[in-house]
Amino acid sequence: MNRSLSIRLAPWVFTIALLVLWELAVALLRIPVFFLPPPTAVARATFEFWPAIYRNSLFTLATTMIGFALAVGFGLALGLLVGWSRTIYAGLYPLMVGFNAIPKVAVVPILVLWFGIGFVPAFLTAFLISFFPIVVNVATGLATIEPELEDVLKGLGASKLDIMQKVGIPRSLPYFFGSLKVAITLAFVGSVVSETIASNYGIGNLMLQAQAQFQVPLIFAGLIALAVEGIVMYWAMAVLERRMTGWAQRSGFAQG
Amino acid sequence: MSAFVALEGVSHVYGGAGGTLAVEGLSLSVERGEFAAVVGPSGCGKSTLMKLATGLQFPFKGTIRIAGEAVTKPVKIAGMAFQAPTLLPWRTTLENLLLPLEIVQPHRSQLSRKKGEYVARAEKLLASVGLGGVSAKYPWELSGGMQMRASLCRALIHEPDLLMLDEPFAALDAFTREELWGVIRDLHAARRITVVLVTHDLREAVFLADRVFVMSARPGRILLERRVHFERPRDLEITYTPEFQAVAHELREHIHKARQ
Repeated sequence: MNRSLSIRLAPWVFTIALLVLWELAVALLRIPVFFLPPPTAVARATFEFWPAIYRNSLFTLATTMIGFALAVGFGLALGLLVGWSRTIYAGLYPLMVGFNAIPKVAVVPILVLWFGIGFVPAFLTAFLISFFPIVVNVATGLATIEPELEDVLKGLGASKLDIMQKVGIPRSLPYFFGSLKVAITLAFVGSVVSETIASNYGIGNLMLQAQAQFQVPLIFAGLIALAVEGIVMYWAMAVLERRMTGWAQRSGFAQG
Repeated sequence: MSAFVALEGVSHVYGGAGGTLAVEGLSLSVERGEFAAVVGPSGCGKSTLMKLATGLQFPFKGTIRIAGEAVTKPVKIAGMAFQAPTLLPWRTTLENLLLPLEIVQPHRSQLSRKKGEYVARAEKLLASVGLGGVSAKYPWELSGGMQMRASLCRALIHEPDLLMLDEPFAALDAFTREELWGVIRDLHAARRITVVLVTHDLREAVFLADRVFVMSARPGRILLERRVHFERPRDLEITYTPEFQAVAHELREHIHKARQ
């Protein structure tokens, strides 16, 4: 078979294979629906509760994107700041690592205390969980400027701002766009965690309610909806990355 | 004395007081338009010499003068090229060449007005090192030797009076290296520019330079100054003559001693 065609088809084939395996396992092992519903039951639940799933998916998507947008802005700014000065780097890095180590589930109750339940803690959680990889990547891009190149530019009388503009920022862009793929999926985790704990809307809340009513296929339908959203947004970020930093991606390493 | 590059009794320490002494009591002077080569065992502070002479670092003892002025900030009349071509991968060769003009005055403020003129200058410079027609290519589309040529062009685009080369050809294969010797020789002849070449290749030093300085092992200082009298323009063939070999051999002896 044509190699590029097989690469194009591979994701679909693997996904369908997984679903078939899942269906067969449930049938052969006689797993009860309330324990692990087969894909067909999940599909049926999706169809049956489509309006609710659709509405809540959009809500979760909007929440996530707002948190993600904040993370991009803040992460980029902080990354540039940390990459700009060694002192700021030394001062902020341990704080950021410490902050990143805190499970964001533990932060949600505090956010609820401040902002009440609902939308605000959800997008804030999405923001808090997803800005860290952006900061680290942008700072890494800046930290790995070749010293010789810096010498050449400094020798010409370049200010730090010049070096940042001409070399630092373009250089850190591939790192930045790469980090967006990680950040967007983390943002989904953040908003859903918060919705599950403290919201009346969103996929997280939908799944919590489905659990309370013991509608296990609906829980899985919610999971699938999230996975689909995650894949779509990840793919969008990957496309953006390729568009913006084509110069950094010419390796044929993984093309086999 | 009106040397163009003058270092007098220069000492430099890395890592603050009590750090390693990189160079000590280093003195050398290079005339305007002269081609000087500095050779020495590895780790003898040759690169430190580069940084000091271009004002990227300042000595804790001694004075450095370029064109009669004490060096207190980066020397803008110098162009630099290193072993790594350090071209920006997101810029075409032409855009890479224009980078210094985006930074150094007065070109910086004239760039948008005189863009056409600068592009023409860059194209001409590229053509003069045998890189005609590659200006729209990205660095990764060029071979190592071509990248080095482009890097040399970048060092020369703002028409500096002084060209500082830090082992520029060390990463290239022998044939490409000899080709580039010719390129540098011709650039020097055409522009009457002062060149300081740091290298560990004796043939390279003797072939290109008017004067060769031999540095001692760390902390580096000048052990020997050897004038090279071969007539210019020099052909690569002279590197195979007994006279040439004798000079290279003599320098080699000194470096051998310096390493002990």
